[in-house]
Amino acid sequence: MWAICVKEIRSFFSSLMGYIVIAVILVTMGLMMWVFPDYSVLDNVYASLDQLFVLAPMLFVFLIPAITMRSFADENQNGTIELLATRPLRDREIIIGKFLACLILVVIALIPTALYYYTVYQLGSPPGNLDSGGIFGAYIGLFFLAASFVSIGVFASALSNNQVVSFILATFLCFFFYWGFQFISRLPVFVGKWDDFVQHFGIDLHYFSMSRGLVDSRDLIYFLSVIFLFLFFTFMSLDSRKWEKSA
Amino acid sequence: MSVVVESLSKHYGLQKAVDSVSFSVQKGEIVGFLGPNGAGKSTTMKMLTCFIPPTSGSASIAGFDIGAQSIQVRQRIGYLPEHNPLYKDMYIREYLSFVGKLHKVNALENRIEEMIHLTGLTKEANKKIMALSKGYRQRVGLAQALIHDPEVLILDEPTTGLDPNQLVEIRHLIKSLGKDKTVIFSSHILQEVQAICDRYLIINNGKIVADDRIDQLSTDSKIEHSILVRFAEPVDVKLLESLEGVLHAEHVKDNSYHISHKADVNISATVFQLALAQNNSIIELVQESRNVESVFQQLTNKKTDN
Repeated sequence: MWAICVKEIRSFFSSLMGYIVIAVILVTMGLMMWVFPDYSVLDNVYASLDQLFVLAPMLFVFLIPAITMRSFADENQNGTIELLATRPLRDREIIIGKFLACLILVVIALIPTALYYYTVYQLGSPPGNLDSGGIFGAYIGLFFLAASFVSIGVFASALSNNQVVSFILATFLCFFFYWGFQFISRLPVFVGKWDDFVQHFGIDLHYFSMSRGLVDSRDLIYFLSVIFLFLFFTFMSLDSRKWEKSA
Repeated sequence: MSVVVESLSKHYGLQKAVDSVSFSVQKGEIVGFLGPNGAGKSTTMKMLTCFIPPTSGSASIAGFDIGAQSIQVRQRIGYLPEHNPLYKDMYIREYLSFVGKLHKVNALENRIEEMIHLTGLTKEANKKIMALSKGYRQRVGLAQALIHDPEVLILDEPTTGLDPNQLVEIRHLIKSLGKDKTVIFSSHILQEVQAICDRYLIINNGKIVADDRIDQLSTDSKIEHSILVRFAEPVDVKLLESLEGVLHAEHVKDNSYHISHKADVNISATVFQLALAQNNSIIELVQESRNVESVFQQLTNKKTDN
């Protein structure tokens, strides 16, 4: 499992992929938070990092599928999946190895944002006048959001042997699971009776309660279920080569 | 027995890709797996390496069942898949080290250098795989199959796309590996099988149609044998066909005749007697060599005709 994980991370950094993803995340967040007036911390009256956590999902919807699109699509395309699957490895080790590698890349990209925290901390009046506990909770939410998107992306990648197809599919699924249920809940059939229930299926609601710094076990269970579910789907997809197919 | 296969089948819908195949291979044997394209060679190999499960039947490798003990099986086989898939953006050493770690090889660094030396990759060892020519990629494929010192080697068309020099080198390598390992390799180059293997299996339409030792080829009575004779004067074909042990005779050109006969008769002597009796003389008599090629054609064409 670790051999796979290490190999994946090395391949991110031996191609430009890893650097580009990290650069895009940091440049976009940096510009939005410090330069463009609509979201800029500097124009805000409060010393807070709220903008970071509002922007992150929008960025992740596109960037995480870009990270995960290679993982299985490339192996399927080149036939190297046959090399992996005939090693003394369980399928789940291959999946978890790849999942962790993608997640670690996202985490690496997020580490430099600690600098934003430090800056805002110093900008507070007096310095340090911000909700550190809340920000810590929000980072945990961000981590689980990233993990959910990665598991969705890895699944989408396993479905196809074409990276572009898996990218589009993953973007759609991430979008749907993030905002989709919010939109569906506004349909007239649900409004007033079921809208609250439907919203609970979406990531949005759970992420926002966590980004306020409130780490609730129900939200954690929700995120863990999403991650597990999509990794399980990935497993089924890999396993499907063993099923009887009709010609 | 190193490899035992018992009525292994793989069906895709109604199509029987592999149809009740049984054979066994002893330790240290090199077996050539022959067959036309689409005969079921690769499918059989994919089942033996636990990539896809069989529809029915069973197989064991080094005493471990491919279904229930697949991890143990996979630890003991070295596999070179068809088309030799590789991670092209990796360096040779990086790739071998990755594969070695999957197999938890001890003293991996030494083992990698050993493999590079063994497969003749020394000159290219610092390159990325994508920068290698086809022949060298094939060597990398072999090196990764060997890194964990497997008991059984399964090579799916290891020599396709190689130039004649590389062919000779790779064949030599496979032959030397066969001294202490069991090797099953598929090919559609028949001379190759004849040159390397102890034994050949011919598979056609998913069934095994021949399973024999290479050195048995010349005496196998199932197979038609033939000679080519050139007489000084014309001879009646019917007369030739009436000779004892002759199955079929035909006129080729000038005064040459092609005679196919049973294996257990001394046809040269009979034909010589005939020539004497007719006051004819034999100018040339060629025993057509019994090679895998003719066996292959006979057996695989017969099947497809039906």
